[in-house]
Amino acid sequence: MTTAPYIQFFDGTDSPRHELLGGKCASLVALTQAGMPVPPGFAITTASYDAFIAAAGIEQDIHALLANLDADDVAEVDRVSAQLRFEIESRPVPADVRADFVAAYHALQARFSEPVPVAVRSSATAEDLPDASFAGQQDTYLWLSGIVDVTEHIRRCWASLFTSRAITYRLKNNIPNEGLSMAVAVQKMVNARAAGVAITMDPTTGDRSKIVMEASYGLGELVVSGLVTPDNVTVDKIMLMVVKRVIGDKHAELVPDAANTGLVELEVSPERRAVLSISETEITAIATIAKKAEKHFKCPQDIEWALDRDLPDGHNLLLLQSRPETVHSSAAKADAASPAPSNGYGIESITRSLLVQAGKAPD
Amino acid sequence: MTEKSFPSPYDQAPAAGAEGWKDLYAYNLVFQQNRREVEEGKFWFCDSQHWPTVTKPFETIGFEFAVSCLGQYNTRHLLIPPANGIEFRIHNGYVFMSPVGVPESEIAARVPEFMARAGHYFQNWDGLLEQWQGKVRGTIDELGALNFDALPDRVDMGDVTSGKGTGPNNDLLAQYDALIALTYRAWQYHFEFLNLGYVAYLDFFSFCKEVFPGIPDQAVAKMVQGVDMELFRPDDELKKLAKLAIELGLTGLFGNTADPEQTLAGIEAASRGAEWLAAFNAAKDPWFNFTVGNGFYAHDKYWLDHLELPLGYISDYIGRLQAGQTIDRPVAELVAERDRITEEYSELLSSEQLAAFEGKLGLARQVYPYVENHNFYIEHWTMGVFWRKARQLSAMLQEQGFWPDADGMFFLRRDEVREALFDYVTGWAVGAPAIGPSYWPEEVERRRVIVDALQQQRPQPALNTPPAVITEPFTLMLWGITSDQIKNWLGDSDAPEGEFRGMAASSGVAEGPARVISSSDQLSEVQEGDILVAPVTAPSWGPIFGKIRATVTDIGGMMSHAAIVCREYGMPAVTGTGTASSQIVTGQWLRVDGNNGTVTIVEGHSHDLTLAGDAAVQLEQALDGPVLEGSHA
Repeated sequence: MTTAPYIQFFDGTDSPRHELLGGKCASLVALTQAGMPVPPGFAITTASYDAFIAAAGIEQDIHALLANLDADDVAEVDRVSAQLRFEIESRPVPADVRADFVAAYHALQARFSEPVPVAVRSSATAEDLPDASFAGQQDTYLWLSGIVDVTEHIRRCWASLFTSRAITYRLKNNIPNEGLSMAVAVQKMVNARAAGVAITMDPTTGDRSKIVMEASYGLGELVVSGLVTPDNVTVDKIMLMVVKRVIGDKHAELVPDAANTGLVELEVSPERRAVLSISETEITAIATIAKKAEKHFKCPQDIEWALDRDLPDGHNLLLLQSRPETVHSSAAKADAASPAPSNGYGIESITRSLLVQAGKAPD
Repeated sequence: MTEKSFPSPYDQAPAAGAEGWKDLYAYNLVFQQNRREVEEGKFWFCDSQHWPTVTKPFETIGFEFAVSCLGQYNTRHLLIPPANGIEFRIHNGYVFMSPVGVPESEIAARVPEFMARAGHYFQNWDGLLEQWQGKVRGTIDELGALNFDALPDRVDMGDVTSGKGTGPNNDLLAQYDALIALTYRAWQYHFEFLNLGYVAYLDFFSFCKEVFPGIPDQAVAKMVQGVDMELFRPDDELKKLAKLAIELGLTGLFGNTADPEQTLAGIEAASRGAEWLAAFNAAKDPWFNFTVGNGFYAHDKYWLDHLELPLGYISDYIGRLQAGQTIDRPVAELVAERDRITEEYSELLSSEQLAAFEGKLGLARQVYPYVENHNFYIEHWTMGVFWRKARQLSAMLQEQGFWPDADGMFFLRRDEVREALFDYVTGWAVGAPAIGPSYWPEEVERRRVIVDALQQQRPQPALNTPPAVITEPFTLMLWGITSDQIKNWLGDSDAPEGEFRGMAASSGVAEGPARVISSSDQLSEVQEGDILVAPVTAPSWGPIFGKIRATVTDIGGMMSHAAIVCREYGMPAVTGTGTASSQIVTGQWLRVDGNNGTVTIVEGHSHDLTLAGDAAVQLEQALDGPVLEGSHA
């Protein structure tokens, strides 16, 4: 136990261990090791959280507060949640954990000629949290700069284990509070010119020969959270050719502010709304990377990507996340069984095709 | 959907100087005044894919035979349930087509007939195809044996003593009749398998569209298409000869290929020249029966009759080999790509679907080679012999004073040629001059002026009101005439200024300077790294496909020659753009996206392609960069 590291870089050589890294960080390590262009960063492992809780001496308090809690007593759950989060966010981080984090933070910054902002995201280990079964992600804090700010948000990620919603979820699903832990991802921020998601199948039909992507200007958060209507592009997965494009309204974009100290939501001009936010070449690149992820993980994937405006064309596509596409792919299998495609071959099916083509099918 | 219409043929005046053009053609080929209502009720599209320029009166034999034989197979041999043949007319010198549907009430009754007839062919494909080869070769041999020498002053003594009883005039007329009849026969053979090839393809195509909605047409084509077709043999033979010339140390002898006699004599005199000449002569028959056109025009040049063409290409290949370039088509890559595509789609299918997929693909692949290879046997080989014989006859009658130029006969309809020939044999028989020499020279000249005038005006892409949706399978497959295409023609396309949309016929993206080519005589202008822009291309342009980066055509679908050839050469192509060749100017910088079917004029990036010497070298160096993706894996 004591040998577990507090920090693990995504591009290190250690294989991703889920219980140490949580879902999100484990996936980022796996993607990086698979040669995908993942923005650099590191995981603050569950060992850091465990050491923090141990040093703070609050483990017993946590159990005591959560014991006998009634999931339906909303006021009481809220009160306990607030208290626990205060306990976590107000305690100092142990010196050895902090030292490792500071070293890692500087090592990350040292890769760039000038200080770069980072994103801090929680990375849950198991079914401890709602929505976390595959996302592994609870909280996300963007565009943070400096040790103090970053440390502050790491503690907030830890505290997110005890939001009212998380507590209620565990109570209702009989998930014990013992052994709860949390890893946190610290990752170089992508200065996204455009970003979005891509699914390596058509979620509306279950057709696995397609890649459907959504894209919008700026950071991908507005797409992921459904706050903009993104462009929607369907690509044939085998040929990598666009088969359908629908231009979305994309009324707003999340971009760094003028002083580069944080993010600001700006309105997108009518001219930029009227055209696709990504070029044909970029569409092909996004489809290629999504296909690569699917091949690597051997099942349909749901990826998040971004085009970094600070990187040169051809090297600016970054992969932020790739996770198994579970919802649609399981539904699709059921669907595929129902329609009766023109089975068979030879003269009968040729005759049928001719009639269908001419709109004269006898049903 | 679209409310716009194309003009009526009855409202279009001919080009200035072409008045009276209708009289050049048979009555049944033109829009007759008293049939206005009937003819305006049909939608006609211009087949500039096969007949890009004005057809002279004799040349109507091409579409009359080809298109009527196509129809004959649909309508009378196979009874294709929803499709009869295609009507054709000539309007202002250009060929227009209109598919003939089958009345709804008759479709069901044709189904069992079609299944029995077509089914027999599919079941016995290989054996029947072997038989076909024999029939076609026999027909070509018969055509080759025809001879149109001038009549002798007196009947051969041997014919007198043997009591033959007929003169050479009789034979001459019979030979002409045979020329026409044998060619008609060859065109029936042309369609004996072709339509079946398309319907098998269509079945696989429809299945793919059903299980993979929106699958690009090109994906289906790539899975079915072969990579080692006889249609590509002529070009492959030239490449072999270029390599052999290098091996035998003969490369210095190709300096003046414009003079084939001198070039070949030089090679013959060289120490190992005989070996090369033997290979050259072996390749000539049959592979140089290859036209730079498409087999439908009397002026089309065949390699066999113009050895400067293959020798020039060989010289070109030698130069490229010496410069360290690869001249072979990327056959291994094409096969690997075809296998990859097939495998990746297969993997997505259930076992039941997979069985259907494999069965349909297997049949499509079995029948598909014919769809490409027949072109060599009929359009190139048969028609090469046909035109050679026709030219011989025209030249013979020229010598007899019927017309001043060797090509005069092509301004006569084929039935008028029969009349002229009878005039000639009559003059010969009675011992008085034929009438033709005092009639035809002036008439041929009048017609030449009209044809030249017609040539000055481009045809409308279509006539009258289009149907809401195009469903006729052959129109879609052979001509690529889709509802979108029609929209394009009507100017309803939503493409921005400087962009052309067509069919994504062969994948990849390339940039380069445009080279607009409107006839095969301009082929020598094509430079390394150009993007070829043409109304239409021919398979025999193969040797220049090694030089260019991409192809753009005005007309043609997924199965057009340009599309097939570009896929074979692994280069991007956008076909069926409608107007690209008349709007793009040589030297404009183009971006051709064969994945999305778009061609964009890149502003502020134009090249003066008339530059010579070191400027051209610089340009070539500059061009080494900008291919964005050849054909992606």
